[in-house]
Parts: sequence; structure tokens; C-alpha cells
Amino acid sequence: MDDILELTGAQAAAAITRGELDARELFELYRERASRDPLNAFTWVAEAPPASDPAPAPLAGVPIAVKDLYCTEGVPSQAGSRILEGYRPPYTATVVARLAAAGAPLLAKTNQDEFAMGSSTENSAFGPVRNPWDQERVPGGSSGGSAAAVAAGLAPWAIGTDTGGSIRQPAALCGVVGLKPTYGACSRYGMIAFASSLDQAGPLTRDVTDAALLLSHMAGRDPCDSTSIGLREPVTLPSRSDLKGVRLGVPEELTGADSGVQDGVRARFDETLAIAENLGAIVEPCRLPHAPHALSAYYLIAPAEASANLARYDGVRYGLRVDGDDDLLSMYRRTRAAGFGAEVKRRIMLGTYALSSGYYDAYYGAAQKVRTKIAEDFAIAFGTFDFVVTPTSPWTAFELGSKAQDPLAMYLNDFCTVPMPLAGIPAISIPAGLSDGLPVGFQFAGPAFGENALLDAAFALEQALEFDQRPARLHESQLVGAGDAEGTQ
Amino acid sequence: MSGAAYEPVIGLEIHVQLKTRTKMFCGCELSFGDPANVHTCPVCLGLPGTLPVTNERAVHFGLMIGLALGCQIAPRSMFHRKNYFYPDLPKGYQISQYDVPLCTGGALGDVRIHRVHLEEDAAKLVHVSESGRIHGADTTIVDFNRGGTPLVEIVTEPDVRSPEQAREWLGLLRATLRALGVSDVNMEEGSLRCDANVSVRRAGSTELGTKTELKNMNSFRFLERGVRAEIERQIGLLESGGEVELATLHFDPATGRLSTLRSKEEAHDYRYLPEPDLVPLVATDEMLEAARAALPELPAARAERFVRDMGLSGDRARELAFRGDQADYFESALAEGKGADPVTLANWMPQLMSRIGPEADPGGSRVAPAALAALVDMVKARRVSRDAAGEVLSRMVADGGDPEAIVEREGLGVLGGDDDGLAEIVAAAIAADPAAAEQVRSGNGRAVGPLVGYVMRETKGRADGADVTRLIRTQLGLD
Repeated sequence: MDDILELTGAQAAAAITRGELDARELFELYRERASRDPLNAFTWVAEAPPASDPAPAPLAGVPIAVKDLYCTEGVPSQAGSRILEGYRPPYTATVVARLAAAGAPLLAKTNQDEFAMGSSTENSAFGPVRNPWDQERVPGGSSGGSAAAVAAGLAPWAIGTDTGGSIRQPAALCGVVGLKPTYGACSRYGMIAFASSLDQAGPLTRDVTDAALLLSHMAGRDPCDSTSIGLREPVTLPSRSDLKGVRLGVPEELTGADSGVQDGVRARFDETLAIAENLGAIVEPCRLPHAPHALSAYYLIAPAEASANLARYDGVRYGLRVDGDDDLLSMYRRTRAAGFGAEVKRRIMLGTYALSSGYYDAYYGAAQKVRTKIAEDFAIAFGTFDFVVTPTSPWTAFELGSKAQDPLAMYLNDFCTVPMPLAGIPAISIPAGLSDGLPVGFQFAGPAFGENALLDAAFALEQALEFDQRPARLHESQLVGAGDAEGTQ
Repeated sequence: MSGAAYEPVIGLEIHVQLKTRTKMFCGCELSFGDPANVHTCPVCLGLPGTLPVTNERAVHFGLMIGLALGCQIAPRSMFHRKNYFYPDLPKGYQISQYDVPLCTGGALGDVRIHRVHLEEDAAKLVHVSESGRIHGADTTIVDFNRGGTPLVEIVTEPDVRSPEQAREWLGLLRATLRALGVSDVNMEEGSLRCDANVSVRRAGSTELGTKTELKNMNSFRFLERGVRAEIERQIGLLESGGEVELATLHFDPATGRLSTLRSKEEAHDYRYLPEPDLVPLVATDEMLEAARAALPELPAARAERFVRDMGLSGDRARELAFRGDQADYFESALAEGKGADPVTLANWMPQLMSRIGPEADPGGSRVAPAALAALVDMVKARRVSRDAAGEVLSRMVADGGDPEAIVEREGLGVLGGDDDGLAEIVAAAIAADPAAAEQVRSGNGRAVGPLVGYVMRETKGRADGADVTRLIRTQLGLD
């Protein structure tokens, strides 16, 4: 049993294909573990394996955990929000359907910050998720449920979404791999939208190979998403073992003294750079002059888009409705007051304000200009460097509730991850050691559509780092109902 | 009221439902009159996670309209989100075009076009109450069949100067859109909707007065009446020392009264946002070429041709050309009835239309174009009188058939010659009205009227008027 838990997704798929492992048995193992999750990582867990054995497929039946905001036909999909209480979509998101067709059936839906707004998964209508490395701490967010589930061995692999860091930051805080692909690589159809020009699907996995394998089945142009392009070349499984001649740029703006990076995080980051140099990489400082403004631009653009994206939750057609005083306006007001959490309301207000007549140019318009400048900064950097590297998050996992009352401090979590989605470029976080027993993430960002090179470089470094995820993997005795013959819950 | 001291300034905003097979941003079929909510899908219901995909056919139609109106086509136009809450808007925003529309500039007739853009229609609200009105309704049902129907919005410059001109110009626009085949352009069914921006100014002034917007006048007549009522209201206000205030108004055709829908203070802030779910709309050379190739001869040009090449009067030419089906019928009658005189044939078209109904398509009637041409020829050759030809036409409308055969069968041929008794009837007419006969004899040519009338009554219109006059004069010994 423990042996099976040691397998990565790709290894499990290979074992099933070789006939050494039964797909239903694997599904049942994870289903049973997920249903006894003590971390609150899931909003829904499958009751049984798929009715029929999967036809031979590349992912061989290795089940997947999917962030709640992916629409899954007939299965609750609430994006962590009360306003979608009871909502079961009549269709399945393209990315989830593609993975299912490739042989990865749905294991569970994972908890998240409401509408992906947050960096700690504390903003969920389903309650906060706990970090398996230290259950008094947050897993990061917004894809905290996916990150915690993979780290804890409650799911072989998972997918999340990244808008300003929502895959990479929880991956870093939970010691797993998180990839945000190029904007347009994967279809957004069926992803409950937060900020449409930034949202992108991506994998959270135990290692870089799993991330590459999932990406290869997620990416592709979708006729249902006009902004999807797919990747220019097929995803190849990474195999590089060195970084000879690879030029890594370290942006002063994101890693310098003003960046707020914790000492322990900085130490791991510097050690990782040294390891990269040992592998042959050339590490030099680079400039991203506008990157310090990324957070400000992001917190105008994303709320502005969100204010429109979330207008549809009005109580008229689906989800929560709180009756009004026999008039439309009071029904709208009460439904939205009761259905949205504080952070979502804050961002709707921010976004509504930023788009208001007379303020548009000063806020939204200016933010779009900054966005263009940030993309130009990266383009210039990639003229010299193969990748820009940073710590994924300035901090390791923080204690539950410690930043919940301070939105600004919470937003600073995204300091190093926000510039990439603004520029539409891919980035990956891999675990790079521990600081006080908590994982630290190392982030690579590369040029648009450069996923293969990005995965290769991350793979080479991953091999050299030999990060040990096992401390986070929940032992049978740590699961809910352990020692209880009935297995309650 | 001293109306002449004021000049009305009117601009029109027209919404046109496009006749595509599917909706603007999803694959649902368009429909009218089907049971509620049968043409819906996750996209047009605005379900979470869904995304719009632009209908290529709607873009093609939009480009055709732009080219037909002589607009400049934007190489890259943008979609925006227009945000407001209402149950007929499932996403909480309408996808429309804002600062970079598909087309700008252009003109139709003497009215300049400001812009033409694409957008999606809202769903339809059905108020369940005895009156069917929103006030006092117990329940409102949303029918999403209409939601997402492709719309083109055409905005004119404020070049219209009278209610009559507004009505006439809208007729030209409708004819043009009908000729393009891009819409049913039916105001009653809502596939053509017109709002008017109305202001007045002192005659001779070049500054614009404060305007009001009149919403959704759903017939040509209501447009004219609504605009007239608003002009009178505004002049009345100014004359009494008041001021016109920015407002959106509703014209009630039943009472002829205008009521305020929204005042300036209540104006929406739509918080336009570039639609991040759609890429810019690039009008490629291929798309423009295809739209250009699809343009038929447009009504204004057709009317000009009728005047220039066929000698029709301007009014008659426009009457035909602005109704494409009539013009098509007219031209095929001309082609099939070899040598038919265009002016005479054109003058017979109202006769046909009055018999089949003014809105009917003559091409769908029982009167074949060649048969009408044949009848007109028979009139011209004096083989049937005008009155009798009207009777023949009525029979053709009812039963179809060939005019020669009808005239033969019904004995409606013109009376003349010596063997059909016309001379006897003329004699009877003179005998019946000796006073008139005496006046004619004494040189009062006009007095012949009652005598001719008598003959016509007796012959049920079959006699030829000229023949009858000639016979009267002969019998009175004048010729």
C-alpha cells in the first residue's frame, strides 16, 4: 500500500500499463484516503471509481483532483463560494474533459479561495485548508486544496488555476510542483472565471515529469475558447540532467533587499542558484524595472475583470437566492450580500470603482499600460537570459488567520508571481528545500510557449535538489477515523 | 406655438436583428414564436465558466451593412462588456462594441452614418399579469430564446430634420437591409427597432440643443408620431421659458403621451471593459471581398436606375425600389412581357398591390409577372378598357390564369365596331339625357361626361372611352 503511495502519477500510469497495478485499486486507495482527509482539502469526493474500466489511455486511469472552480457535469462546482450553493453544471470544462479522455478520471474537487481570490485558501465558503507540513498553517492559495492534496498523498496529482500565482504559490508552500502555462495554452472553457485575461489552467504535481505529462494532455486550442491557442510544439517529457550554458537572470526588483523575502527563503534561493551553477548555469542579475508596479496593476486589472465576471451571480437562474421585499433590487442585494465572502466583495468594489466613468483612464487604463511595460521588461530580459528566476513566494507557509485581517499583507504573497501572468508567460515553481521545516519554492519564468525548455530546466534542477516530500504525506494514522472501526465521517 | 422659429435635430439609433442561423456567441438556433427557453445552451444562459465565440456569419452581415452604407471598416475592431444588472441579461453585461466599432462614417441618402457595430440581444421578459404590463405583474418570466441574437446597431449623425424625414429615411434603411438579405427587418416582431435622439434649436442656430432619447418606437407610424410629439413638447417647454433636460423617454402610441423612463441622474454608468474573452475582430481582405461580392444592387441605386433608364417618376421609382419584392416583380414582368412600357407597367403595380394587400409579396401571388405584362399590353392596344382590366386583374388575383383567356371567357373585351350594340347604347344615352346632349351639340365639350358615364354603366366598363365619345359626337351630327 505505502509502495503505491510512493508512485508519482506518471509512475502509477506506467505500472498500470505494465499490468503491475490495477487502476480501480489505485482509484479506491486514493478515494478512501481523500474521503478521510483531515486537511479540508476537498469539497467533493467521488463515491466510487468510474463504472467501467478505462479504455487503454496514456494516463491509464490514474485519478485526478480538480479545483472546485472547474465545471464538472453533475458534480458540485461552486468555486469555493456560497453563492453557487447547490450548483451542478450541465457540462464539463474542456481541460477536465481532455484529461478524462486521456485516462485521468475525476477523483475529487478541491477546496480553494472563493473565486480564486486569495493566497491562503482561508477565503472559502467550505472553511480553510490546512497545510500538511504543519496543520496550523495555510497551504497557500488559491489552489490550496489541490496543493495540499498532492503534498499529503490524498491525490496522485491535481489541477488548479493561476491568475496571479494561485498555482505556483500554494505549490511552493506545500512543497510540490506547480506550473502556470503560457496564457492561451489551455482552454479556459468551463473554468469559473476570476480574471479572464489572466486565468490559466495548470497542474500541481509531485514532480516536473508529472507536470509535463498532465500539460501534454491539457494544452490545445479549443473552439469554445477564442483566446486559446494551444502550444506551438508538442510537450516532451523532460530529460535534461544539466544546465550547461543556461542563463538565469535574477531580477533585483523581485529578490533584492526591498522585496521582503524572508531570510530562510533567501538562503534556500541562494543555495539553489549555487546548485544551478554547479549544473552549468550562468547566473547573473537582470532588470525588470516595472515589476515592482506589477502588484498595483494586478489589483486593478483582476478586480475590474472580476467585477464583470461575477455580475452573473444574481440569484435569478442558479445558485443561492435570498428573497427580497417583492422587488428585484432587494433580491439582488440580499443574494449577493449573503453569497459572497468579504474578499470577493472587496475586489468587486475595487473593480467597479476602477471601471467607473471618470476613473477608468486613471486606474484601469494606467494599469493596462503598466502591464504592457512589464511584458516589455520580460521580452528584453529574455533577449539575454533563458529564464528569469525568483523565490516563488517571499515567505513560507504562515499560520492560519495570521494575515486574514490584513489584505495588503496577503496581497504581498503574490509579489514574485504576479508579473508573469500580466505578461502572459509560463512559469513553474519547484520545491527547493525547507526553511524551519517548511517548504520553499523556486520559480523559473520563461518566454511564451517555451514550456518544453522551462520543464527541462526545472527537471534538471529538480534532480539535483532531491527534495524529500515524504514528511508531508499523511500516514494512515493521521487520516480522519483512524483507529475507529466504523471509519466515521 | 411658433414652430417655424425652431429647427428639429434628429438622430436615429437602429437595432437590427441579423438573420443568421445561430446566435451571436453560441450555436443556438434563432427562433421567433417558439416555446420559451428551448433555444438555449450554457453559453447564452451565461452559466459559470462559459465563453463567447463570435459568429462569423454575423460579422459577414455586419461588413455587408457597413459596405452598403459606405462606411470605413475597422481593420481590428474590439468587443467590450457593457455592464448592468437586469434579469434579461444573464451575464450581467452585454457584449457590444464601444470605442473601436466594426464600421464608422458613411451615409445613406442624405443622412450620414456615425457608426455601425455588432452586439448581442438581451433575453425577453414576459410579464405574467392580466394586462401583460410590468406594473402590477405577479410574475416575470425570462425567455432566453432571444438572448444572444446577433444585433447590428446603426447610429446616424443628427442629420434628420423632421418626423416625416425620419420615417422616410427609416423606410430607405429597411429597404436597404432587406435587399442585403441580412434581416427580416420587421418592426412588429422586433427585428428592426428604432430609437430617436431629438433636440430642437432656434432656426439658424448651429449649436445643438439638449437632446432626449425616445426608446423603441415599434412602427414607422409611431416613430413619426413620437418624434413629432417630442418636438412639440420641447418647443412648448422652451416657449414657456423652461429647459429641456437630458432624459430617456417612452412614447405611448395609445395615448400619444411621452413618459420619462430615466432622468439624467438615473443614467447608467456602464463601466465599459474590453471583453477579455474575445480576441480583436480582424476584418481580413478575404472577409471584405466576400462581403463586397455579396452586395446586391441597393434600393437607392435601383430607384435611380428606374428613373434614369426607364423614365419612371421619382416617387414611383422609390415606391418600387424600396420594396425589393415589388421591384423584383416589376423587373421580371418587364423582361417577360416583351416590349411592355415600363411607365405603364409601373403605374399598374399599385393596382396589383391594392388587391393582394400592401405588405404581400407580389411574387407570391397568383398573378404571374408575364400575365400582368400581357394585361397591360391589352390595355395599351385598347383590347380591354381600363375599368374592365381592373376586373380582369381581380380575377387573376383570385384564380390566376391568363388575361386573354379571362377576357374571352368573361366577355370583357372592349366594345366597339357595329355588331356589338354599342351604337344602340349610345343612342339610349342621348335619349335619356337630352339636356346634356343639347349642351354638347351647342359646343360644351365637357357636357359629354354624363353621356359617357351612362354608356360605361350600361356596358359595365367594357367600352373604350374614346370610342364612346366619338360615337356620341357622330350621332349628334358633330363630326
